[in-house]
Amino acid sequence: MKIGVVTFPGSLDDRDAARAIRLAGGEPISLWHADSSIKKVDAVVLPGGFSYGDYLRCGAIAAQAPVMKNIIKKAGEGLPVLGICNGFQILVESHLLPGGLIRNEKQHFVCRDQKLRVENVDSAWTSGFQKGDEITIPLKNGEGGYIATDETLKMLEGEGLITFRYLEVNPNGSMNDIAGLRNERGNVVGLMPHPEHAVEPGFGPDSPVAMRSGVDGLRIFQSVLRSVISA
Amino acid sequence: MIIDTVDQSKIEAGKEQPWAALGLKEDEYNSIKEILGRRPTSSELAMYSVMWSEHCSYKSSKIYLRQFGEKVTPEMKKRLLVGMGENAGVVDIGEGLAVTFKVESHNHPSYIEPFQGAATGVGGIVRDILTMGARPIAVMDQLRFGAPEHPDTARVVHGVVDGISFYGNCLGLPNIGGETVFDKVYQGNPLVNALSIGALKHGDLKLAKADKAGDLVILFGARTGADGIGGVSVLASETFDADGPSRRPAVQVGDPFAEKVLIECCLELFAAGCVSGIQDLGGAGISCATSELASNGGKGMKVQLKKVLLRDESLTPEEILMSESQERMMAIVPKRHLRAFKKIVDRHEVEYSVLGKVINKDRLLIYWGEQEIVNVPPRTVAHDGPVYERPVRKPKWQAPLNAASVQAQGLYRANDNTTDLAAQFVQIISSPNQADKSYITGQFDRYVGGNTALAYPDGAGMIRVSEETGLGVALSTDANGRYCQLDPYQGARLALAEAYRNVATSGAKPIAVTNCLNFGSPENSGVMWQFKQATTGLADGCLELGIPVTGGNVSFYNQTGDVAIFPTPVVGVLGVIDDVARRIPSGWQDEGNNIYLLGITKDELDGSVWSEVIHDHLGGRPPAVDLEFEKRLAELLHGASLQGLVASATDLSEAGLAQALTESVLRFNMGARVWISELCERDGIDKTSALFSESTGRILVSVGREDDVKFVGLCDARNIPVLRIGVTDNTGELEIQDLATWKLDELRTSWVATLPELFG
Repeated sequence: MKIGVVTFPGSLDDRDAARAIRLAGGEPISLWHADSSIKKVDAVVLPGGFSYGDYLRCGAIAAQAPVMKNIIKKAGEGLPVLGICNGFQILVESHLLPGGLIRNEKQHFVCRDQKLRVENVDSAWTSGFQKGDEITIPLKNGEGGYIATDETLKMLEGEGLITFRYLEVNPNGSMNDIAGLRNERGNVVGLMPHPEHAVEPGFGPDSPVAMRSGVDGLRIFQSVLRSVISA
Repeated sequence: MIIDTVDQSKIEAGKEQPWAALGLKEDEYNSIKEILGRRPTSSELAMYSVMWSEHCSYKSSKIYLRQFGEKVTPEMKKRLLVGMGENAGVVDIGEGLAVTFKVESHNHPSYIEPFQGAATGVGGIVRDILTMGARPIAVMDQLRFGAPEHPDTARVVHGVVDGISFYGNCLGLPNIGGETVFDKVYQGNPLVNALSIGALKHGDLKLAKADKAGDLVILFGARTGADGIGGVSVLASETFDADGPSRRPAVQVGDPFAEKVLIECCLELFAAGCVSGIQDLGGAGISCATSELASNGGKGMKVQLKKVLLRDESLTPEEILMSESQERMMAIVPKRHLRAFKKIVDRHEVEYSVLGKVINKDRLLIYWGEQEIVNVPPRTVAHDGPVYERPVRKPKWQAPLNAASVQAQGLYRANDNTTDLAAQFVQIISSPNQADKSYITGQFDRYVGGNTALAYPDGAGMIRVSEETGLGVALSTDANGRYCQLDPYQGARLALAEAYRNVATSGAKPIAVTNCLNFGSPENSGVMWQFKQATTGLADGCLELGIPVTGGNVSFYNQTGDVAIFPTPVVGVLGVIDDVARRIPSGWQDEGNNIYLLGITKDELDGSVWSEVIHDHLGGRPPAVDLEFEKRLAELLHGASLQGLVASATDLSEAGLAQALTESVLRFNMGARVWISELCERDGIDKTSALFSESTGRILVSVGREDDVKFVGLCDARNIPVLRIGVTDNTGELEIQDLATWKLDELRTSWVATLPELFG
């Protein structure tokens, strides 16, 4: 099961996404922004970071990279694509997901162990959860405030396209506490929190069991492996 | 543009030059003339003036820094792959791996322009680490600001924190800890020290030297602009007046994206074996890189300055030589590797230009087109700068300050007035220096890289180096300016002891030391006395502990008018741990564990947080340090960690037991019942000392019931005083018997609210 991880100039969590895929039982394949080929991978992760230094708008330049042309096309054909943080911003800039992401409400970068509720499990990346699961995933972003028009919000809520919602604390002022979305088909998911940082005991968020040992993020990567097998 | 050439300098031998405005002393200017046998050209003068500056040449500190190289045993050198003098020290951590680490100051720019000052501080130290051939793996920062309520403090705090957040986060380096201290002595002189750690395989070590004639000298990364030129504009306006550029900004501007790309590009170049030497461009820019590379390699260099890619075509040769534009590197590349080099930099879309080549002659020759503008022996610029033995005198105020102890002043102790004592407890743990720092650390990415094993609020940062075996390193930095003001010799040893203890508390074995020595003006004999005392204390302490200093940095002139900051030698201790899974948590997680206090508590309140917060007092003598005991304590923790006997450990330092209890209960929200009567009785102290004394050599540990006997036996065998002072419980409360009971939620609210209320 091959999952591509794209490295753009300024990508930061690409190695971490690859590790998460490995720990979930998949084979990470690194993809380079300037190559248009995506090497016959079964799914793609757009990792976190500051592609192109967040110049212009977060994700705006990366959305125009040669590799994205192919990814956008294949996503239209059903290829599972996950965008994490900057990857979510790239998905929005690529119009694979609606809305936009703006500077955090308090104008600061925020790094915290974030509680989320899984709202929708009918997607390639959330099928391993139960609806209503409460999970803890590290969040770290400066521009994670989700915005959309009233009409879009109504559509997202109405059609159940919100995959994750912030619980207890809304860290960045996102509308409707939105932390993550899926597209209608369910193959494309974007979220601000970083599931690849909750995959290995000892290096994740604090959990009730032990220090820094939360692994809730692993299920996102396991979900896609399962959905790819069953597809 | 009129160019001052070497030929011109001979013709116009008597020309007046602005050496004083460039910061040179008359005898320094004369010795440049003596070295060259003529007056320097304006470019040469610019080079010497920056390279002979205090910042680059260490001319006032050198004679004291030598101690770090001299007070060592062969045993201490065993792990040292690269010692002092290089960009950063390199230490063997086993399994064929090494780490390099260093802390550097960016104090002055961070006051003038806090955001860019702090950002480029991070950028600079990360390039130092990269230059050793290492992949940077983590950063930390040591921050000191003015009084929290002063109107200017928020400007500096916001700027500095945003700057570190902006640059560090964007580089993808986890921020695993540091310090934040507020004190009015730092009002006009905030301290922004940045530390970085990198990891490498032994064979991948790179050095900053150009040692083969014919190798190419290549400048790559960002283009050279007018930022960070500082004093050189004096030269420009002196020489070119009308059509020359006007005053240039003296603070550099950072682009972390460019640096991130540069890091990946360099690591690929290293892996491909394309470069034979490498140097980053920081202070003194091309002047520093060319002269140091040539001098270190014992060769010369011939450089065409017109090849430098510029952001601003109006720059003069002097300005190009001095520019401190960020995100640039200079590589020495054998000709046969040029194609491979070009392929890699092109892939990363990094610009480069071949400036010249290494030559078999002891000269640094720099040309501006056809005109020779620099012709100097590289060593005289890079390494043979002036060395001063400045006057040293113990300040007159020192003795009266030491006499004004807590005891002598008869400061009020609440002791049996439990209402007052309980109020002091809360007042102290919620004071700005003791309160929760997550308002600051929450703006830094501690997760990126996926190898962070410990980070704030844990006492030390810990990072995994090998994913295969779990081998990792722990790092802690400490400094206490108040202690150093009372006694700089002892203060430096106290900082060392605390950092050492923090690392030991995490379960790692301390192996090496770095430092960043922040002081006032070296032209003040009292400051030089402090400096001499502190460096001697640190060197003696390292010898006693048997761990070497691998490198460091000196920042002088941290003073406003005649008032210097408290001497603030930041000491960083690095430890190694064979498997980070064995790390010791810093708070209580399980109920029913016994709480033990290791070490002896004395009546040591001089210089303490209690004396500052409750009485606004500073006087007397700082706590005593017994490094031999610290060593045994560290060995005990290491042994206990190997056997899995301790559930948690927290060191006692600022604000003593009160702080350690607070942090231990709040880390995982696990309550505790604690009694201090036996402690008071055994150690012959009052309740104020029991709670707030800052005696060294103490650690608070929690131990599961099943390991009790074994653990106490271990302490007894090593002759470490051990006393059971409490038990953890799940009541959601911290109870100190005969004093007070606090709901953890209330305690947390007090502890957490302080910084957001001040700055949020």
